This record gives sequence, C-alpha cells and structure tokens, in this order.
Amino acid sequence: MATRTITEGVSVVRRKRFSETYVGDWIMTTDHKKIGIMYIVTAFFFFLAGGVEALLVRTQLAVPNGKVLSPEIYNQVFTMHGTTMIFLFVMPMLTGLGNYVVPMMIGARDMAFPRMNAFGFWVVLLGGLFLTSSFLFGAAPNAGWFSYAPLTELTQDCGATAVLCTPGANMDFWALGILMLGISSIAASLNFVVTILKLRAPGMTINRMPMFTWMTLVTAFLLLFALPSVTAAAILLLLDRHLGTHFFQSGFGGDPLLWQHLFWSFGHPEVYILILPAFGIISEVLPVFSRKPLFGYTFVAWSGVAIGFLSFTVWAHHMFAVGLPLVAQAFFATSTTLIAIPTAVKIFNWVFTVYGGKISFKPPMLFALGFVAMFLIGGLNGIALAVVPVDYQLTDTYFVVSHLHYVLFGGTAFGVFAGIYYWFPKMTGKLLNERLGQVQFWLMLIGVNLTFFPMHILGLLGMPRRIYTYPDNLGWNDLNLLATIGAFTIAAAVLVFLWNFVITLRSGQPAGTDPWDAFTLEWDTDSPPKPYNFPVLPIVRSRRPFYDKKNPETADWKTATH
Amino acid sequence: MRMPLFRGMKRWGVLLSALILSSLLLAACGESSPSVLNTQGPVAAKEAGLFWFILVVATIVFVIVEGILIYSIVRFRERPGMPAPRQIHGNTNLEIIWTIAPSIFLFAVLIGTIYTMFNLSNISGTGRPVTVQVVGHQWWWEFDYQNEGVVTADEMHIPVDTVINVSLQSTNVIHSFWIPQLTGKTDVVPGHNNTKVFKADTIGTYRGLCTEYCGLQHAHMDFFVIVMSQDGYNSWVTAQQQAAVKAPTEANAKAGQQLFLGAGGCQGCHGIVGVNLKDYTHLNGGASASLLVGPNLTHFGSRRTIAGGVLTWDPATCQVVTGSDGKPIIQNEQQCGLYQWLHDPQGVKPGNDMVIRQLSDTEIAQLVAYLESLT
Repeated sequence: MATRTITEGVSVVRRKRFSETYVGDWIMTTDHKKIGIMYIVTAFFFFLAGGVEALLVRTQLAVPNGKVLSPEIYNQVFTMHGTTMIFLFVMPMLTGLGNYVVPMMIGARDMAFPRMNAFGFWVVLLGGLFLTSSFLFGAAPNAGWFSYAPLTELTQDCGATAVLCTPGANMDFWALGILMLGISSIAASLNFVVTILKLRAPGMTINRMPMFTWMTLVTAFLLLFALPSVTAAAILLLLDRHLGTHFFQSGFGGDPLLWQHLFWSFGHPEVYILILPAFGIISEVLPVFSRKPLFGYTFVAWSGVAIGFLSFTVWAHHMFAVGLPLVAQAFFATSTTLIAIPTAVKIFNWVFTVYGGKISFKPPMLFALGFVAMFLIGGLNGIALAVVPVDYQLTDTYFVVSHLHYVLFGGTAFGVFAGIYYWFPKMTGKLLNERLGQVQFWLMLIGVNLTFFPMHILGLLGMPRRIYTYPDNLGWNDLNLLATIGAFTIAAAVLVFLWNFVITLRSGQPAGTDPWDAFTLEWDTDSPPKPYNFPVLPIVRSRRPFYDKKNPETADWKTATH
Repeated sequence: MRMPLFRGMKRWGVLLSALILSSLLLAACGESSPSVLNTQGPVAAKEAGLFWFILVVATIVFVIVEGILIYSIVRFRERPGMPAPRQIHGNTNLEIIWTIAPSIFLFAVLIGTIYTMFNLSNISGTGRPVTVQVVGHQWWWEFDYQNEGVVTADEMHIPVDTVINVSLQSTNVIHSFWIPQLTGKTDVVPGHNNTKVFKADTIGTYRGLCTEYCGLQHAHMDFFVIVMSQDGYNSWVTAQQQAAVKAPTEANAKAGQQLFLGAGGCQGCHGIVGVNLKDYTHLNGGASASLLVGPNLTHFGSRRTIAGGVLTWDPATCQVVTGSDGKPIIQNEQQCGLYQWLHDPQGVKPGNDMVIRQLSDTEIAQLVAYLESLT
C-alpha cells in the first residue's frame, strides 16, 4: 500500500525541468518576444548606468575648477558614458524593439534563427557586464569612445624615451568588449536580414513592409558591412598592445590615421545604425496618432536606403582637421551634403504625415513629435559641421557635443521612448500612465534643450570637448551650470518614467489588444501575444493590413495602388 | 488636456529664442572668451563669416519647418466630433519639390564651403613671413623658431600683420593646434608634418588650446599667442637669442642655480642656454637638446605661463624676501603661481612629467629668484 503511494507520488509530481521554472523559462527561451524584452530591459539598465555617468560628468563641469572627480576618473567616466550609451543602450534597445516587433509586423511566428537570437542577447549582456566590470578593477577605458591611437597604445616610441600611453588594462577592456558586442550585432543582423527577407506573411511584398521593418532591414545591412572595419581596428590595436606590432605607431612606419580611417568607416555608418530604427519607430507612431497613412511611403523607405549607401562615403568628415588633402576634404564635404538630402526629405514627409490629420496627443505621439522637432535642430547644426572651414573651428568643441546629443538624445532617445510607450501595452497588456507620460515628456524636452542648447554657445566660445575642468575667467561658467541643471532635469524625467513603469506593472490600466487603433499586424494579436503570435497567418493586401481588416469598406487595397 | 500642451510649447519657444539671442550676443562680444566669432585675423574671419551665413540660413529653415510642424499640431489636433481625415498616401510632385529644394540650398552651401576652403590660406601680410615649428608634448606646447634659433614654450610670440607658417610636430600622441580668434584647428599627428598658415590683425594676447583628447591632462594644454608690433617682435627675438648669464651674482639666484645644476636637479629635464646648453638645440656635450623632456627655461623670466596654462605667475606677486629666520622665502605664497607649481607640481597638474622631491620653502624661494633673473 505504502509502496504504491510513493510510486504514484513520483510519477505525478515530476520535478519541473529547469526550462519550466520562471527563471529558467527566461534563460532558456528562444521566443523572439521574450528575447526582445530581455534586450530592452538590459539596454534600459545600461541607459541608467550611462545616465549616472553623464550626471557625474555634468556635476564635475557644473562650476569651474570642479573637484568632484579626479582627472583619471573623469576620463574613464566620459569614455564609458559614450561607450555605454552607444553600444549598450541604443544598439541593444533598438535590436530589442526590432526583435519584439518585427516578426509580428511581418506576420511571422518567430525570428528565422531563434537560438542564434538568444545567443546574440546573452553575448550583449556578458559583453556589457565585461565592459562595465572594468570599473571594479579601476581600469575602465579612458581614451574616449573612439579610442584614438596612439593614445590607446601600450607603449609608443617617443624620441629617446619610450612613453607609456595607456599601460593599464583599460583599452584591453574596450577592445575586447567591442569585439564581443560586434559578434552579437552580427548575429542579430543576420537574423533580421533573413527573417525580413524570408519570413514575411503571404502578400507582404517588400513594398508593403511597415517602415520600422524597412529601417531595421537597412540597419542590419549597415551593421554587417560596417562592423568588420571596427573589428579589424580593435584586433590590430590588441596586436599592437600585446604582440609588438606597430600598425598605429609612426615611429615604426605605422600610421595613427589608419586607426581613424578604420574607426570612422565603421563609426559613420554606426551613426545611422543608431538613428535609422528610430526613424522607423516614429514612422509607425506618427501615422497612427494622426489617423493617416505615412506620407510618401516610397520616399521615406528609399531615402532610408539612400542614407544607408551614402553613410559609407562620409567617414572622413570626422577628420577634416587631421590634415587630409584639400581635394579629399572637398569630396567628403560633397558626400556629406548629399546625405543631408534624404534626411531632409524624411523630415518633410513626417511633417506632412501630421498635416491634415486628426492628432491625438498620447505619450507615444508626444515623443514622436518631440523627435521631429529636436532632430531638425540636430540636422541643422550638423550642416555647420559639414562646412569644412567652420568645422575647423567647431570640431572637437562643445558644439559637436551639442550636435550629437540633439541627434542621439533629441532624436534616438525620444524615438525609443515613443516606441516604448507605443508597444508597452502589447508587451505587458497594460497602458503606461498617460499623465506621467506627459510629465516625463515635458521634463525631457525642457531638459534636453537646457542641457544641449547652451553647448552650441560653449563651443563657439572655444570650450574643447573632453576637458575635465576649465578656468573661471573664460565666460563658460553660466552656460555650464545651465547644462548641468538641464542634465538633472532629464534625470528627473527618467525617474518619472521608472515610477510610471513600476506602478503600471503593479496596477496599470488594461490595454486590450489594440489600444491605439493601429494599422500594423502586431496589434492583430493578443496582449501579450501567444508564443506563436498568430493562430492563423495573416494575408496582407496593402501597407496597412490591420487597418484594412478593421475598415473593410475603405481598405487601402481598394483605394490605393501598392 | 490639450491646451496646456500649446501653452507649454509657446513658453518653450520664448525660452529658446531668448536663449539663442542672449547667448549669441554673448558669444560675439564675450571679450574674455576665446570666441570663434570675436575674430582677430583673416583666417578666423573667413571661417566666422561662413558660420554667420549658415546660422542665418539654418534659422530660416528652422523657423519654417518648426512653424509648419507647430501649425499642424495646433490646427489638426483631435476635437470632439472630428471626422476621420482623408487618407492621403503622398504626393509625388510635392515630394520631388522638397527633395530638390533642400538640394539647391545645400549645394549653395557646398559651393561656399569649397570656395572658402581653397582660399583659406590665401593671405598676405606686410612683414616677412615667420616660420614656427610647433611641437605638441604631453601636455604643453613648444615653439621652435628654427630660422631665428630660438626655442620657447607656452607662449608663442608673433608679429602683427605677418603671415605665420606653422609646421606641426608630435612624437607622442595626437594633439590639435587651435587659436579660436585667429584660426581653426589642425591636428598634430605623429608622422604627419601638418602645416598651417594664419595671420593676426590686432596686437594682443589670444588663448590657444589643444582640442584633440591627448590623455590625462588634456584640459591643461593651453598656450598664449602674443601678437606684437613688428619692432616689438624683433627686439623679443634679439633678447631670446641671448644666452643666460653663466654665473648670477645675486645670492638667492646663485643658490637657485646651484639647485638647478645640483645632483638630481632641474637640468635633468630642463635646459638653459649658457648654463647646461651650448645653444637652443644642443647640450653642452653636443648631444641633442631633445633628450630633455621639459620646456627650455633660458628666458623663463620673460614668460608668464606655467605648464600648459595650468597657472600663471608674475614677478610682482612672487617677491623673494628674507624670513624671520634669515632665510629667503616668498612673501605671499598663495598669490605666487610659480611657488604653487614648485611646491606641488603633481597636486596642481596630476600626472605631468615633473616628478620632483618636496622642495623646502627656502629652496623654492631660491629657485624663484633664479628663474626671475632669466629674463
């Protein structure tokens, strides 16, 4: 009797497999939605880390002769701020949003290579922790996010004496971290390319893909072609540092400019890698909240492709001051002018998407409109930097810091928040609080302008980048203080978001499957969606398949030709 | 719900335009700042002219586009009972127009760019052109007047209204040579002998800065360009060409020289022509003076800048007096930049190459007396 009971117990209460526990489910998952969420959470964690670093920088610079950080720590902190925000916040965040949304947008059940997808995420997490762990060893990278050689070399022939440039492990952390993150990006990009090209639902031709999918596709190609160059650069740097080669050392026939060419032929496509998916996000959000289709779909899509191609021809506009021949500088000034055209086209298309619509100011829309307004400033002050003689004056000053933050914060970060507010109900089934979203938006808009607008003037007043302190008699004091106040305003906005996130998860308003009355297929699923996304694969007949389904009378495929 | 949005937008617009106006005025007129808009030479003036042009055009574009955007936001905001808007998918003609319009504007800017680029070095002056080799060290600037046989540091003397040809050298990392009020920057890249041409129109002192991140003390790598009259420059050169007095007579200065020359003394890194240097480029033994890692001090008493602009000093505030114990001391240590530097160079500028033993106040006073005598 007793024996029998025991036997029954064993057979009924089977020990759960690891993959069936809550934690194991996340660790072992190959579901693109779970991986996407893990990417987003990881990226947001690093956004907070990079944000703290930014606050440290701004605290040090709030007043002249600041003593908050030592020069060495300051240099580590600003380097890690740039590296973290680019490689550990923006890239994983955009990959995560793409991971979550793209397969559903194109009517697929998962990414093409689910296990490689999981691999990509775990490498990002490990690479990010590896890079950040350098702080524990007091050896965080300290040569700026573009790590110019020969400053990053271990030793360097300096006349009679061998000067140690970066003797610690700082740059090894950087180079190895970049290599790891590169592997992850390659995996994710290949996956996106194959998924988007091969797994689209019946009827979804290339010309009917949602714009976010388009931009993710262009970005994936950019990564595939741009990463080899920074990978090569990082490996050559490691060889120089540890195996006695001299690729970047002029004393032995190497050339410091080789680093810059290799780095920027990755670095400039990278700039578009960081912004194109954000273009995609707001090209989804603006139409939905204007109740109109995207104005000039073809122009927006193909201008994105044009930007992709041209982005490989403009790298030396980061190097106008290095002494290139004038004819070469003229070439890069021309290519930079060319790449501004498709970008301008996009802005007009967005403005005219809003024009004539029925605009509802939900938080995603606020951030998308903020994106257009701020990105325009980032585009216009970028023109000043494309004009070579003006660039001689402004490059490597705070004017550049202003420009890149208007693009990357006013642009990409606003786009990311638009995306988070937009897709959060799909991911969790709950709506983020609208009132808090408005508070966050206005704090952030004011904060961004308070922080980054004064930097234009600081640059014009001659303040160089990357200085850990400045004297009090150069007229830079007030503007720096203003920028610091702005930075803390942005921090307050982020805290509002975190609060919103927490209270929404605890007691958010249920979203339903389609809270925004949206146009694309990801909204034609449960919130959150089932692991297989669609019980029956949808059939697509236009660019707005879900709009068609909800408005059979005025469906796009009846009224528009595409 | 919606109206606060627009009130906020307006407030933000007012704030922004107030910021733009006040700050640009500041930028143009900020006398103390090394402002790129407060130009004192033709090269910087051409660069600034182009900047003003772009600013005007960009402001017009900004106002138009943000205007349309804000108009659309206000005009087409959702109101109760509003019908669904017309589903317009695009307008090819309109899109072609707004592809071509920015292209025309951008290519106009491009033509201006290329024209100015190729004419930037096209300048002429009244005096005979001066050639200076500028060497970027970690973290200070050396100015080598090879034709005149003079080497100095931290302060670059040039004659007014004269074409200055600069050749840029570095044997360590990349620096960037920039004098905002006189000329835009050119990087100082090891192995690349970059050159630069500029001219100053006005007599005065202008701040120069390193603008390529060059390591720990990148923040403290400034220099001053001292623009002098032609005569003033000539007499400066003549004075700099003189060797220092071999044996000073004043007691404190003499003791200071002993410290300079003594075992483990300053001469291991610094050179003084007539004392441990034969001339500006050779040690007494005939070896190259570039073996010395520190700045040449032959006429340090005529300079006011210390170690890449981290401190300045003035003999008037660095008076050596006899203390209560009969030994020399600096009268007011806290006002004497040179005292602070010699007292604790690593505290003032952490990581710099001047790693020395702790000097006593007496020794510092003697060294100051000696350095002051090197006019």
